[in-house]
Amino acid sequence: MSLTIRETLLAFRRAPLLSVLSMTTIAFALFVVGLFGLVALNLRTALADIEERVEVVAYLIRGTPVEISTMALGDIQAFPEVASVQYVSEDDALERARRQLVEFQGVFQDLETNPLPASLEIRLKPGFRDEDHVRQVADRLRGFRFVEDIRYGREWIAKLDRLRDIGAAVGLAIGIAFALASVIIIGTTIRMGVLHRSREIAIMRLVGATDGFIRRPFLLEGALKGAVGGAAAMGLNYAAYLAVDRTLFDSVFFSRAEAGLIVLFGTALGFLASAQSVRRHLARV
Amino acid sequence: MIRFTNAFKAYPRGSLALKDASFHVGRGEFVFLTGHSGAGKSTVLKLIYAEEFPTSGEVRVAGVVTSELRRREVPRLRRRLGVVFQDFRLLEDRTAEENVAFALEVTGARRGTIAPKVMRVLAQVGLAAKAQAYPRELSGGEQQRVAIARALVNDPHVLLADEPTGNLDERAARGVVQLLRDINANGTAVVMATHNLELVRQAPYRVLELQDGAIVYDSAVDEVRSNVGGQRGGTVT
Repeated sequence: MSLTIRETLLAFRRAPLLSVLSMTTIAFALFVVGLFGLVALNLRTALADIEERVEVVAYLIRGTPVEISTMALGDIQAFPEVASVQYVSEDDALERARRQLVEFQGVFQDLETNPLPASLEIRLKPGFRDEDHVRQVADRLRGFRFVEDIRYGREWIAKLDRLRDIGAAVGLAIGIAFALASVIIIGTTIRMGVLHRSREIAIMRLVGATDGFIRRPFLLEGALKGAVGGAAAMGLNYAAYLAVDRTLFDSVFFSRAEAGLIVLFGTALGFLASAQSVRRHLARV
Repeated sequence: MIRFTNAFKAYPRGSLALKDASFHVGRGEFVFLTGHSGAGKSTVLKLIYAEEFPTSGEVRVAGVVTSELRRREVPRLRRRLGVVFQDFRLLEDRTAEENVAFALEVTGARRGTIAPKVMRVLAQVGLAAKAQAYPRELSGGEQQRVAIARALVNDPHVLLADEPTGNLDERAARGVVQLLRDINANGTAVVMATHNLELVRQAPYRVLELQDGAIVYDSAVDEVRSNVGGQRGGTVT
Protein backbone atom coordinates (compact mmCIF):
# COMPACT_ATOMS: atom_id res chain seq x y z
CA MET A 1 0.00 0.00 0.00
CA SER A 2 2.80 2.41 0.91
CA LEU A 3 4.37 1.65 -2.46
CA THR A 4 1.10 2.60 -4.16
CA ILE A 5 1.01 5.89 -2.25
CA ARG A 6 4.66 6.58 -3.05
CA GLU A 7 4.10 5.88 -6.76
CA THR A 8 1.01 8.09 -6.75
CA LEU A 9 2.83 11.02 -5.15
CA LEU A 10 5.72 10.46 -7.52
CA ALA A 11 3.30 10.71 -10.44
CA PHE A 12 2.19 14.16 -9.21
CA ARG A 13 5.81 15.24 -8.81
CA ARG A 14 6.83 13.80 -12.16
CA ALA A 15 4.26 15.69 -14.19
CA PRO A 16 3.15 18.62 -12.01
CA LEU A 17 1.81 20.68 -14.90
CA LEU A 18 -0.29 17.84 -16.27
CA SER A 19 -1.55 17.04 -12.77
CA VAL A 20 -2.56 20.65 -12.13
CA LEU A 21 -4.15 20.79 -15.58
CA SER A 22 -6.13 17.61 -14.86
CA MET A 23 -7.34 18.90 -11.52
CA THR A 24 -8.25 22.29 -12.99
CA THR A 25 -10.20 20.63 -15.79
CA ILE A 26 -12.00 18.39 -13.31
CA ALA A 27 -12.68 21.41 -11.08
CA PHE A 28 -14.23 23.42 -13.92
CA ALA A 29 -16.23 20.46 -15.24
CA LEU A 30 -17.67 19.86 -11.78
CA PHE A 31 -18.08 23.62 -11.21
CA VAL A 32 -20.47 23.72 -14.16
CA VAL A 33 -22.34 20.67 -12.82
CA GLY A 34 -22.44 22.33 -9.40
CA LEU A 35 -23.68 25.63 -10.86
CA PHE A 36 -26.47 23.82 -12.54
CA GLY A 37 -27.20 22.03 -9.27
CA LEU A 38 -27.37 25.41 -7.51
CA VAL A 39 -29.80 26.78 -10.09
CA ALA A 40 -31.95 23.64 -9.74
CA LEU A 41 -31.79 23.86 -5.94
CA ASN A 42 -32.81 27.51 -5.86
CA LEU A 43 -35.58 26.92 -8.36
CA ARG A 44 -36.86 24.06 -6.23
CA THR A 45 -36.74 26.23 -3.11
CA ALA A 46 -38.63 29.02 -4.89
CA LEU A 47 -41.24 26.54 -6.11
CA ALA A 48 -41.58 25.10 -2.63
CA ASP A 49 -42.28 28.61 -1.29
CA ILE A 50 -45.03 29.04 -3.85
CA GLU A 51 -46.38 25.55 -3.20
CA GLU A 52 -46.78 26.37 0.47
CA ARG A 53 -49.45 28.83 -0.53
CA VAL A 54 -51.60 26.06 -2.00
CA GLU A 55 -54.70 26.12 0.16
CA VAL A 56 -58.23 24.74 0.01
CA VAL A 57 -60.90 26.97 1.52
CA ALA A 58 -64.28 25.48 2.39
CA TYR A 59 -66.93 28.14 2.92
CA LEU A 60 -69.59 27.10 5.39
CA ILE A 61 -73.34 27.56 5.13
CA ARG A 62 -74.34 30.57 7.10
CA GLY A 63 -75.59 29.65 10.52
CA THR A 64 -73.57 26.46 10.85
CA PRO A 65 -73.02 25.99 14.58
CA VAL A 66 -69.41 26.44 15.66
CA GLU A 67 -69.51 23.09 17.50
CA ILE A 68 -70.25 21.22 14.27
CA SER A 69 -67.47 22.98 12.38
CA THR A 70 -65.07 22.31 15.23
CA MET A 71 -65.99 18.63 15.26
CA ALA A 72 -65.36 18.45 11.49
CA LEU A 73 -61.87 19.86 12.03
CA GLY A 74 -60.75 16.55 13.56
CA ASP A 75 -62.12 14.53 10.62
CA ILE A 76 -60.46 16.80 8.06
CA GLN A 77 -57.20 16.82 9.96
CA ALA A 78 -57.22 13.01 9.63
CA PHE A 79 -57.12 13.22 5.79
CA PRO A 80 -53.70 11.87 4.74
CA GLU A 81 -53.10 14.92 2.51
CA VAL A 82 -53.88 17.50 5.15
CA ALA A 83 -51.17 19.30 7.08
CA SER A 84 -53.38 21.75 9.00
CA VAL A 85 -56.98 22.98 9.21
CA GLN A 86 -57.98 26.32 10.59
CA TYR A 87 -61.49 27.47 11.40
CA VAL A 88 -62.13 31.10 10.44
CA SER A 89 -65.34 32.45 11.93
CA GLU A 90 -67.49 35.08 10.19
CA ASP A 91 -66.14 37.75 12.53
CA ASP A 92 -62.56 36.68 11.97
CA ALA A 93 -63.14 36.82 8.23
CA LEU A 94 -64.47 40.35 8.45
CA GLU A 95 -61.64 41.44 10.70
CA ARG A 96 -59.13 40.03 8.27
CA ALA A 97 -60.81 41.69 5.30
CA ARG A 98 -60.67 45.03 7.08
CA ARG A 99 -57.02 44.58 7.77
CA GLN A 100 -56.02 43.37 4.35
CA LEU A 101 -58.29 45.48 2.16
CA VAL A 102 -57.59 48.90 3.58
CA GLU A 103 -58.91 50.72 0.51
CA PHE A 104 -62.41 49.29 1.15
CA GLN A 105 -62.41 50.31 4.81
CA GLY A 106 -65.31 52.70 4.25
CA VAL A 107 -67.45 49.96 2.75
CA PHE A 108 -66.81 47.64 5.67
CA GLN A 109 -67.69 50.34 8.14
CA ASP A 110 -71.13 50.92 6.56
CA LEU A 111 -72.11 47.26 6.76
CA GLU A 112 -75.08 46.45 8.89
CA THR A 113 -74.60 42.71 8.72
CA ASN A 114 -71.42 40.69 8.10
CA PRO A 115 -71.64 39.31 4.53
CA LEU A 116 -68.61 37.04 4.90
CA PRO A 117 -69.15 33.35 5.64
CA ALA A 118 -67.19 31.27 8.12
CA SER A 119 -64.65 28.96 6.48
CA LEU A 120 -62.19 26.16 6.99
CA GLU A 121 -58.70 26.85 5.61
CA ILE A 122 -56.87 23.68 4.79
CA ARG A 123 -53.17 23.44 4.03
CA LEU A 124 -51.74 20.32 2.45
CA LYS A 125 -48.62 18.34 3.16
CA PRO A 126 -45.67 18.59 0.72
CA GLY A 127 -46.11 16.08 -2.09
CA PHE A 128 -49.91 16.56 -2.07
CA ARG A 129 -49.93 20.10 -3.36
CA ASP A 130 -50.73 19.18 -6.95
CA GLU A 131 -53.98 19.54 -8.85
CA ASP A 132 -55.13 15.91 -8.47
CA HIS A 133 -54.69 15.74 -4.73
CA VAL A 134 -56.21 19.17 -4.19
CA ARG A 135 -59.24 18.11 -6.23
CA GLN A 136 -59.60 14.90 -4.24
CA VAL A 137 -59.55 16.83 -0.96
CA ALA A 138 -62.06 19.33 -2.34
CA ASP A 139 -64.40 16.51 -3.44
CA ARG A 140 -64.25 14.93 -0.02
CA LEU A 141 -65.00 18.29 1.64
CA ARG A 142 -68.08 18.66 -0.53
CA GLY A 143 -69.44 15.62 1.29
CA PHE A 144 -69.89 17.69 4.45
CA ARG A 145 -73.44 18.99 4.51
CA PHE A 146 -72.47 22.33 6.01
CA VAL A 147 -70.01 23.18 3.24
CA GLU A 148 -71.47 25.59 0.73
CA ASP A 149 -68.61 26.27 -1.61
CA ILE A 150 -64.97 25.33 -2.13
CA ARG A 151 -62.19 27.44 -3.62
CA TYR A 152 -58.65 26.38 -4.36
CA GLY A 153 -57.38 28.37 -7.33
CA ARG A 154 -57.65 25.49 -9.78
CA GLU A 155 -56.01 27.16 -12.75
CA TRP A 156 -53.20 28.53 -10.64
CA ILE A 157 -52.42 25.07 -9.25
CA ALA A 158 -52.55 23.55 -12.74
CA LYS A 159 -49.98 26.13 -13.89
CA LEU A 160 -47.83 25.40 -10.88
CA ASP A 161 -48.00 21.70 -11.73
CA ARG A 162 -46.91 22.37 -15.29
CA LEU A 163 -44.06 24.57 -14.11
CA ARG A 164 -42.94 21.86 -11.75
CA ASP A 165 -43.06 19.18 -14.48
CA ILE A 166 -41.17 21.34 -16.97
CA GLY A 167 -38.62 22.25 -14.31
CA ALA A 168 -38.06 18.60 -13.44
CA ALA A 169 -37.77 17.46 -17.08
CA VAL A 170 -35.44 20.29 -18.12
CA GLY A 171 -33.45 19.84 -14.93
CA LEU A 172 -33.04 16.14 -15.51
CA ALA A 173 -32.06 16.56 -19.18
CA ILE A 174 -29.57 19.38 -18.59
CA GLY A 175 -28.26 17.70 -15.44
CA ILE A 176 -27.57 14.46 -17.29
CA ALA A 177 -26.01 16.38 -20.22
CA PHE A 178 -23.70 18.32 -17.88
CA ALA A 179 -22.81 15.21 -15.92
CA LEU A 180 -22.05 13.31 -19.15
CA ALA A 181 -19.95 16.19 -20.47
CA SER A 182 -17.98 16.24 -17.24
CA VAL A 183 -17.52 12.46 -17.42
CA ILE A 184 -16.10 12.80 -20.95
CA ILE A 185 -13.88 15.76 -20.06
CA ILE A 186 -12.55 14.10 -16.92
CA GLY A 187 -12.09 10.78 -18.76
CA THR A 188 -10.08 12.50 -21.49
CA THR A 189 -7.94 14.38 -18.99
CA ILE A 190 -7.12 11.24 -17.06
CA ARG A 191 -6.43 9.41 -20.31
CA MET A 192 -3.84 12.04 -21.18
CA GLY A 193 -2.10 11.26 -17.90
CA VAL A 194 -2.11 7.54 -18.65
CA LEU A 195 -0.72 8.07 -22.15
CA HIS A 196 1.91 10.39 -20.72
CA ARG A 197 3.11 7.46 -18.63
CA SER A 198 2.79 4.73 -21.25
CA ARG A 199 6.57 4.27 -21.35
CA GLU A 200 6.64 3.74 -17.63
CA ILE A 201 3.77 1.27 -17.87
CA ALA A 202 5.68 -0.65 -20.55
CA ILE A 203 8.75 -0.83 -18.29
CA MET A 204 6.65 -1.95 -15.34
CA ARG A 205 5.17 -4.76 -17.41
CA LEU A 206 8.59 -5.72 -18.66
CA VAL A 207 9.97 -6.26 -15.19
CA GLY A 208 7.01 -8.44 -14.24
CA ALA A 209 4.52 -6.04 -12.67
CA THR A 210 1.00 -7.42 -12.56
CA ASP A 211 -1.85 -5.42 -14.07
CA GLY A 212 -3.17 -4.85 -10.56
CA PHE A 213 0.14 -3.42 -9.41
CA ILE A 214 0.27 -1.08 -12.41
CA ARG A 215 -3.35 -0.06 -11.99
CA ARG A 216 -3.33 0.80 -8.27
CA PRO A 217 -1.33 4.07 -8.34
CA PHE A 218 -3.39 5.26 -11.31
CA LEU A 219 -6.64 4.59 -9.48
CA LEU A 220 -5.46 6.40 -6.38
CA GLU A 221 -4.17 9.25 -8.53
CA GLY A 222 -7.48 9.50 -10.38
CA ALA A 223 -9.47 9.47 -7.14
CA LEU A 224 -7.20 12.13 -5.61
CA LYS A 225 -7.44 14.34 -8.68
CA GLY A 226 -11.22 13.91 -8.64
CA ALA A 227 -11.40 14.75 -4.93
CA VAL A 228 -9.19 17.84 -5.22
CA GLY A 229 -11.03 18.92 -8.38
CA GLY A 230 -14.38 18.34 -6.65
CA ALA A 231 -13.35 20.34 -3.59
CA ALA A 232 -12.08 23.18 -5.80
CA ALA A 233 -15.36 23.08 -7.74
CA MET A 234 -17.27 23.43 -4.46
CA GLY A 235 -15.12 26.43 -3.56
CA LEU A 236 -15.93 28.05 -6.92
CA ASN A 237 -19.61 27.23 -6.48
CA TYR A 238 -19.60 28.81 -3.04
CA ALA A 239 -17.97 31.96 -4.45
CA ALA A 240 -20.63 32.07 -7.18
CA TYR A 241 -23.38 31.60 -4.59
CA LEU A 242 -22.00 34.41 -2.39
CA ALA A 243 -21.78 36.74 -5.39
CA VAL A 244 -25.41 36.10 -6.36
CA ASP A 245 -26.69 36.15 -2.78
CA ARG A 246 -25.05 39.49 -2.00
CA THR A 247 -25.66 41.32 -5.25
CA LEU A 248 -28.74 39.87 -6.96
CA PHE A 249 -31.17 38.00 -4.75
CA ASP A 250 -31.42 35.78 -1.69
CA SER A 251 -30.39 32.28 -2.59
CA VAL A 252 -29.53 29.01 -0.93
CA PHE A 253 -26.38 26.88 -1.07
CA PHE A 254 -25.97 23.10 -0.91
CA SER A 255 -26.20 21.41 2.44
CA ARG A 256 -22.96 19.88 3.73
CA ALA A 257 -24.21 16.46 2.64
CA GLU A 258 -25.00 17.68 -0.87
CA ALA A 259 -21.62 19.43 -1.20
CA GLY A 260 -19.94 16.27 0.06
CA LEU A 261 -21.86 14.28 -2.49
CA ILE A 262 -20.51 16.42 -5.35
CA VAL A 263 -16.93 16.01 -4.06
CA LEU A 264 -17.61 12.28 -3.77
CA PHE A 265 -18.98 12.32 -7.33
CA GLY A 266 -15.71 13.91 -8.50
CA THR A 267 -13.69 11.33 -6.58
CA ALA A 268 -15.69 8.45 -8.02
CA LEU A 269 -15.47 9.95 -11.49
CA GLY A 270 -11.68 10.31 -11.24
CA PHE A 271 -11.39 6.77 -9.95
CA LEU A 272 -13.64 5.27 -12.64
CA ALA A 273 -12.09 7.31 -15.46
CA SER A 274 -8.65 6.10 -14.37
CA ALA A 275 -9.85 2.51 -14.11
CA GLN A 276 -11.30 2.71 -17.60
CA SER A 277 -8.25 4.43 -19.13
CA VAL A 278 -5.72 2.05 -17.59
CA ARG A 279 -7.86 -0.95 -18.43
CA ARG A 280 -8.06 0.13 -22.07
CA HIS A 281 -4.38 0.94 -22.18
CA LEU A 282 -3.35 -2.36 -20.63
CA ALA A 283 -5.64 -4.27 -22.98
CA ARG A 284 -3.82 -2.74 -25.92
CA VAL A 285 -0.26 -3.34 -24.74
CA MET B 1 15.08 -23.81 -20.90
CA ILE B 2 13.70 -22.33 -24.13
CA ARG B 3 12.23 -24.45 -26.88
CA PHE B 4 10.69 -23.27 -30.14
CA THR B 5 8.80 -25.95 -32.05
CA ASN B 6 7.65 -25.10 -35.57
CA ALA B 7 6.81 -21.61 -34.39
CA PHE B 8 5.24 -19.17 -36.80
CA LYS B 9 4.44 -15.56 -36.07
CA ALA B 10 2.35 -13.36 -38.33
CA TYR B 11 1.49 -9.80 -37.34
CA PRO B 12 -1.87 -8.39 -38.34
CA ARG B 13 -1.62 -6.82 -41.81
CA GLY B 14 2.04 -7.75 -41.93
CA SER B 15 4.14 -10.45 -43.42
CA LEU B 16 5.36 -13.51 -41.58
CA ALA B 17 7.82 -12.36 -38.93
CA LEU B 18 8.84 -15.88 -38.01
CA LYS B 19 8.62 -18.98 -40.16
CA ASP B 20 8.70 -22.48 -38.81
CA ALA B 21 11.35 -21.83 -36.18
CA SER B 22 12.54 -24.80 -34.15
CA PHE B 23 15.44 -24.61 -31.75
CA HIS B 24 16.35 -25.22 -28.14
CA VAL B 25 18.40 -23.11 -25.75
CA GLY B 26 19.71 -25.09 -22.81
CA ARG B 27 20.31 -24.08 -19.21
CA GLY B 28 23.37 -21.83 -18.89
CA GLU B 29 23.86 -21.53 -22.64
CA PHE B 30 24.93 -18.32 -24.47
CA VAL B 31 23.31 -17.81 -27.86
CA PHE B 32 23.72 -14.99 -30.36
CA LEU B 33 20.71 -14.23 -32.54
CA THR B 34 21.97 -12.58 -35.69
CA GLY B 35 20.47 -11.30 -38.90
CA HIS B 36 19.66 -8.06 -40.65
CA SER B 37 17.10 -5.56 -39.40
CA GLY B 38 13.64 -7.06 -39.77
CA ALA B 39 15.00 -10.61 -39.90
CA GLY B 40 12.92 -11.57 -36.86
CA LYS B 41 15.42 -11.33 -33.98
CA SER B 42 13.22 -9.10 -31.83
CA THR B 43 10.21 -11.26 -32.61
CA VAL B 44 12.04 -14.31 -31.25
CA LEU B 45 12.81 -12.41 -28.05
CA LYS B 46 9.25 -11.09 -27.74
CA LEU B 47 7.95 -14.62 -28.10
CA ILE B 48 10.26 -15.70 -25.28
CA TYR B 49 9.18 -12.99 -22.82
CA ALA B 50 5.54 -13.44 -23.84
CA GLU B 51 5.08 -9.99 -25.31
CA GLU B 52 3.88 -11.84 -28.40
CA PHE B 53 2.54 -15.34 -28.86
CA PRO B 54 3.11 -17.70 -31.78
CA THR B 55 0.44 -17.77 -34.47
CA SER B 56 1.06 -21.49 -34.71
CA GLY B 57 3.58 -23.90 -33.29
CA GLU B 58 4.81 -23.75 -29.73
CA VAL B 59 7.16 -21.69 -27.60
CA ARG B 60 8.11 -23.22 -24.27
CA VAL B 61 10.00 -21.16 -21.70
CA ALA B 62 11.08 -22.56 -18.31
CA GLY B 63 8.67 -25.43 -18.80
CA VAL B 64 5.71 -23.19 -19.64
CA VAL B 65 3.98 -23.09 -23.03
CA THR B 66 3.59 -19.33 -23.45
CA SER B 67 0.41 -19.48 -25.54
CA GLU B 68 -1.27 -21.38 -22.69
CA LEU B 69 -0.47 -18.64 -20.20
CA ARG B 70 -3.30 -16.56 -18.90
CA ARG B 71 -2.69 -12.81 -18.94
CA ARG B 72 -2.21 -12.65 -15.19
CA GLU B 73 0.38 -15.44 -15.33
CA VAL B 74 2.67 -13.55 -17.73
CA PRO B 75 4.25 -11.35 -15.01
CA ARG B 76 5.31 -14.46 -13.11
CA LEU B 77 7.15 -15.73 -16.21
CA ARG B 78 8.79 -12.35 -16.78
CA ARG B 79 10.17 -12.32 -13.25
CA ARG B 80 12.12 -15.44 -14.18
CA LEU B 81 13.60 -13.65 -17.19
CA GLY B 82 15.65 -10.51 -17.50
CA VAL B 83 15.32 -8.30 -20.57
CA VAL B 84 17.57 -5.48 -21.77
CA PHE B 85 17.12 -3.29 -24.82
CA GLN B 86 19.11 -1.08 -27.11
CA ASP B 87 17.41 2.04 -25.67
CA PHE B 88 17.96 0.94 -22.05
CA ARG B 89 14.36 1.73 -21.01
CA LEU B 90 15.22 3.25 -17.68
CA LEU B 91 12.90 5.50 -15.71
CA GLU B 92 14.49 8.91 -16.14
CA ASP B 93 13.30 10.37 -12.87
CA ARG B 94 14.72 7.59 -10.71
CA THR B 95 18.29 6.97 -9.68
CA ALA B 96 20.19 3.89 -10.83
CA GLU B 97 19.46 2.30 -7.46
CA GLU B 98 15.74 3.12 -7.68
CA ASN B 99 15.52 1.78 -11.22
CA VAL B 100 16.95 -1.54 -10.11
CA ALA B 101 14.94 -1.63 -6.88
CA PHE B 102 11.77 -1.05 -8.88
CA ALA B 103 12.10 -4.48 -10.50
CA LEU B 104 12.10 -6.02 -7.04
CA GLU B 105 9.32 -3.84 -5.67
CA VAL B 106 6.89 -4.91 -8.38
CA THR B 107 7.37 -8.51 -7.30
CA GLY B 108 6.30 -7.62 -3.77
CA ALA B 109 9.77 -8.28 -2.31
CA ARG B 110 10.13 -7.40 1.37
CA ARG B 111 11.55 -3.91 1.83
CA GLY B 112 14.44 -5.05 4.00
CA THR B 113 15.74 -7.41 1.34
CA ILE B 114 15.67 -4.90 -1.51
CA ALA B 115 18.58 -2.54 -0.73
CA PRO B 116 21.28 -5.21 -0.18
CA LYS B 117 20.22 -7.08 -3.29
CA VAL B 118 20.26 -3.91 -5.39
CA MET B 119 23.70 -2.95 -4.17
CA ARG B 120 24.96 -6.45 -4.89
CA VAL B 121 23.89 -6.37 -8.55
CA LEU B 122 25.05 -2.78 -9.01
CA ALA B 123 28.44 -3.90 -7.72
CA GLN B 124 28.29 -6.87 -10.07
CA VAL B 125 27.87 -4.55 -13.08
CA GLY B 126 30.52 -2.17 -11.73
CA LEU B 127 28.23 0.71 -10.83
CA ALA B 128 28.08 0.61 -7.04
CA ALA B 129 29.67 4.06 -6.90
CA LYS B 130 26.98 5.55 -9.15
CA ALA B 131 23.93 4.15 -7.38
CA GLN B 132 22.56 7.64 -6.71
CA ALA B 133 23.08 8.90 -10.27
CA TYR B 134 20.13 9.56 -12.56
CA PRO B 135 20.20 8.02 -16.05
CA ARG B 136 20.94 11.41 -17.64
CA GLU B 137 24.08 11.62 -15.53
CA LEU B 138 25.38 8.31 -16.84
CA SER B 139 27.07 7.39 -20.12
CA GLY B 140 25.33 5.05 -22.55
CA GLY B 141 27.44 2.11 -21.40
CA GLU B 142 26.64 2.88 -17.77
CA GLN B 143 22.94 3.17 -18.49
CA GLN B 144 23.03 -0.22 -20.18
CA ARG B 145 24.77 -1.64 -17.11
CA VAL B 146 21.95 -0.28 -14.93
CA ALA B 147 19.48 -1.96 -17.28
CA ILE B 148 21.44 -5.21 -16.99
CA ALA B 149 21.51 -4.86 -13.19
CA ARG B 150 17.74 -4.42 -13.24
CA ALA B 151 17.40 -7.52 -15.40
CA LEU B 152 19.62 -9.47 -13.02
CA VAL B 153 18.17 -8.44 -9.70
CA ASN B 154 15.46 -11.11 -9.74
CA ASP B 155 18.05 -13.86 -10.37
CA PRO B 156 16.63 -14.78 -13.79
CA HIS B 157 17.13 -18.12 -15.48
CA VAL B 158 17.61 -16.37 -18.81
CA LEU B 159 18.82 -12.92 -19.76
CA LEU B 160 17.42 -11.65 -23.04
CA ALA B 161 19.29 -8.81 -24.68
CA ASP B 162 17.85 -7.06 -27.74
CA GLU B 163 20.71 -5.22 -29.50
CA PRO B 164 22.19 -4.16 -26.13
CA THR B 165 25.23 -2.62 -27.80
CA GLY B 166 23.35 -0.86 -30.59
CA ASN B 167 23.62 2.58 -28.99
CA LEU B 168 27.11 2.18 -27.60
CA ASP B 169 30.60 2.96 -28.86
CA GLU B 170 32.91 0.05 -29.48
CA ARG B 171 34.62 0.13 -26.11
CA ALA B 172 31.37 0.33 -24.16
CA ALA B 173 29.93 -2.41 -26.38
CA ARG B 174 32.82 -4.71 -25.60
CA GLY B 175 32.40 -3.97 -21.90
CA VAL B 176 28.70 -4.86 -22.03
CA VAL B 177 29.37 -8.10 -23.91
CA GLN B 178 32.06 -8.99 -21.38
CA LEU B 179 29.56 -8.34 -18.60
CA LEU B 180 27.02 -10.63 -20.30
CA ARG B 181 29.73 -13.30 -20.61
CA ASP B 182 30.49 -12.99 -16.89
CA ILE B 183 26.81 -13.31 -16.09
CA ASN B 184 26.64 -16.38 -18.29
CA ALA B 185 29.68 -17.82 -16.58
CA ASN B 186 27.72 -17.64 -13.33
CA GLY B 187 25.09 -19.93 -14.82
CA THR B 188 22.51 -17.61 -16.35
CA ALA B 189 21.54 -18.43 -19.92
CA VAL B 190 21.93 -15.44 -22.27
CA VAL B 191 20.17 -14.88 -25.58
CA MET B 192 21.55 -11.79 -27.29
CA ALA B 193 20.19 -10.38 -30.51
CA THR B 194 22.75 -8.38 -32.44
CA HIS B 195 23.80 -7.46 -35.94
CA ASN B 196 27.30 -6.58 -34.77
CA LEU B 197 29.18 -9.49 -36.31
CA GLU B 198 32.47 -8.32 -34.89
CA LEU B 199 31.18 -8.97 -31.38
CA VAL B 200 29.88 -12.38 -32.45
CA ARG B 201 33.23 -13.33 -33.92
CA GLN B 202 35.02 -12.47 -30.69
CA ALA B 203 32.95 -14.82 -28.54
CA PRO B 204 32.95 -18.59 -28.89
CA TYR B 205 29.22 -19.03 -28.52
CA ARG B 206 26.40 -20.58 -30.44
CA VAL B 207 24.96 -18.50 -33.27
CA LEU B 208 21.40 -18.61 -34.62
CA GLU B 209 21.02 -16.65 -37.83
CA LEU B 210 17.66 -15.39 -39.02
CA GLN B 211 16.75 -14.29 -42.51
CA ASP B 212 13.26 -13.06 -43.39
CA GLY B 213 11.85 -14.78 -40.32
CA ALA B 214 13.47 -18.15 -40.98
CA ILE B 215 16.37 -19.67 -39.10
CA VAL B 216 18.93 -20.19 -41.81
CA TYR B 217 21.83 -21.18 -39.63
CA ASP B 218 22.34 -22.72 -36.21
CA SER B 219 26.00 -23.17 -35.35
CA ALA B 220 25.13 -25.98 -32.95
CA VAL B 221 23.75 -27.95 -35.91
CA ASP B 222 25.60 -26.57 -38.89
CA GLU B 223 29.07 -26.06 -37.49
CA VAL B 224 30.62 -28.74 -39.60
CA ARG B 225 29.06 -27.39 -42.76
CA SER B 226 30.09 -23.86 -41.78
CA ASN B 227 33.67 -24.90 -41.31
CA VAL B 228 33.87 -26.36 -44.76
CA GLY B 229 32.67 -22.92 -45.99
CA GLY B 230 30.25 -21.32 -48.41
CA GLN B 231 27.00 -22.62 -46.93
CA ARG B 232 25.90 -19.43 -45.06
CA GLY B 233 27.08 -16.72 -47.41
CA GLY B 234 29.75 -15.79 -44.84
CA THR B 235 27.50 -13.73 -42.56
CA VAL B 236 28.87 -15.23 -39.40
CA THR B 237 32.31 -16.72 -39.24
